[in-house]
Amino acid sequence: MSVLVWVEHDNASVKDATLAAVTAAGKLGEVHALVAGSGCGAAADAAAKIAGVGKVLVADDAAYGHALAENVAPLVAGLMSNYDAFVAPATSNGKNIAPRVAALLDVMQISDILSVESADTFTRPIYAGNAIATVQSSDAKKVITVRGTAFAKADATGGSASVEAVSGSGDAGLSSFVSAEIAKQERPELTSAKIIVSGGRALKDADTFASTILPLADKLGAGVGASRAAVDAGYVPNDYQVGQTGKIVAPEVYIAVGISGAIQHLAGMKDSKVIVAINKDEDAPIFQVADIGLVGDLYTVVPELVSKL
Amino acid sequence: MKILVPVKRVIDYNVKPRVKSDGTGVDLANVKMSMNPFDEIAVEEALRLKEKGAAAEVVAVSIGPDKAQETLRTALAMGADRAILVVAEDVEPLGVAKILAKIVEEEAPGLVILGKQAIDDDSNQTGQMLAALTGRPQGTFASKVEVKGDAVEVTREVDGGLETVSLKTPAIVTTDLRLNEPRYASLPNIMKAKSKPLAQKTPADYGVDVSPRLKTLKVTEPPVRSAGIKVADVDALVAKLKELGVTA
Repeated sequence: MSVLVWVEHDNASVKDATLAAVTAAGKLGEVHALVAGSGCGAAADAAAKIAGVGKVLVADDAAYGHALAENVAPLVAGLMSNYDAFVAPATSNGKNIAPRVAALLDVMQISDILSVESADTFTRPIYAGNAIATVQSSDAKKVITVRGTAFAKADATGGSASVEAVSGSGDAGLSSFVSAEIAKQERPELTSAKIIVSGGRALKDADTFASTILPLADKLGAGVGASRAAVDAGYVPNDYQVGQTGKIVAPEVYIAVGISGAIQHLAGMKDSKVIVAINKDEDAPIFQVADIGLVGDLYTVVPELVSKL
Repeated sequence: MKILVPVKRVIDYNVKPRVKSDGTGVDLANVKMSMNPFDEIAVEEALRLKEKGAAAEVVAVSIGPDKAQETLRTALAMGADRAILVVAEDVEPLGVAKILAKIVEEEAPGLVILGKQAIDDDSNQTGQMLAALTGRPQGTFASKVEVKGDAVEVTREVDGGLETVSLKTPAIVTTDLRLNEPRYASLPNIMKAKSKPLAQKTPADYGVDVSPRLKTLKVTEPPVRSAGIKVADVDALVAKLKELGVTA
């Protein structure tokens, strides 16, 4: 079986989510990687070094610069005549592009897989992770997105794949990129952070969130997350959100501050190795999943914690 | 311009799903069902565009069991003008997208606004698939939608922040959580909705084969995380964290 993996990149380097997708794809067969972008030669060279990648296909074209699904999906669907499966990390690009590819191929996608049971059978979470379904695909080709936290990351170095240029039909003329506001995070990215400090609605407002959560995160070199309630209330931007519809994280340590533990939040962090909860309500559901809980007022506990760590 | 809004009847988001003891699925007997929350946001966005004068008609459509009528009546009570129910159980996103593509052909909407994912199967596929099948552009995970002449500008929630794209209409948009806050239907509007037109169809009416491609072999409970310990004070917490190697 031969598998084409979508490489998530910023033209210069390869994003970690790709490495988990390579591991998942490796369980199916021989892995080739597709780097689509504009001026993405450096990312292609980086992809060629990933252990387990046999060949890198590079589609370097202005039309692929912002990974617009209208332009990229036909490129992938065209390449799929040589492959049995398309595997993408479940990033916002992967989730945007893969179903468009699947429909072009008349394939029912398998979203967000947690494991590869065999060449046609996979497990995936449903109902916000409250149930795990084992599904078997009868499609001749498979289109799959991969939950990054469920697979080990392939080594980013050690490989020496050949790099081959490919081209597609380019700009479909349906859509164009206007602008992006990408939050500058000097902290570790949530999906790869070893420690995450997350804040909830109890943080009151943006200033209080910043003055309470950030010192703790800075002290620990941690990534910063938030519950949906905190994001909805405007304390922090959307890309901080951890949960069913936000980011799925699994750090070594997840510190939940003033987060009650709604089902949809737990869906995004319950695979963390150790969960620490700080909440003044001792009946908060977060304590049912926390390894270490401290009942107390976060406004006294967190500063004290910062000073004593 | 006409706006088509597909809606799905799903388990209410406040209900904790329970896996059936025989492992065949999630127990939905006597469980409260509601409109998928992302679809409520889609209905709301369509209504706001109509209220701004950017759209003339809002048509709600559901592919589901007979009881999905209730979901469509909710959309009508919120303000949709008419509804189409395609009666079919457990249709996968690909099948749903194929039926919707036929309806798009018939209705020729300028925009189709869908929820980005349903909270039951969490697939996050239907909008993108519909866009592929109709050859239309897609603005997924929208937090802002602006109609500008014969284009629509969609601000999308992406990893790392926000991205704005311009799509030629007709186009497909899928909603994210922060696009709007859906309205509640008022009692008079709920009464009025009962007399709004609701057409009933079947997949065969559209000549679409909806046989599943995925077979669910089993459904299990996720591994349970059990509660750990509670510590009395910050000093105890610091000690525990140090045991785990978490230090400044």
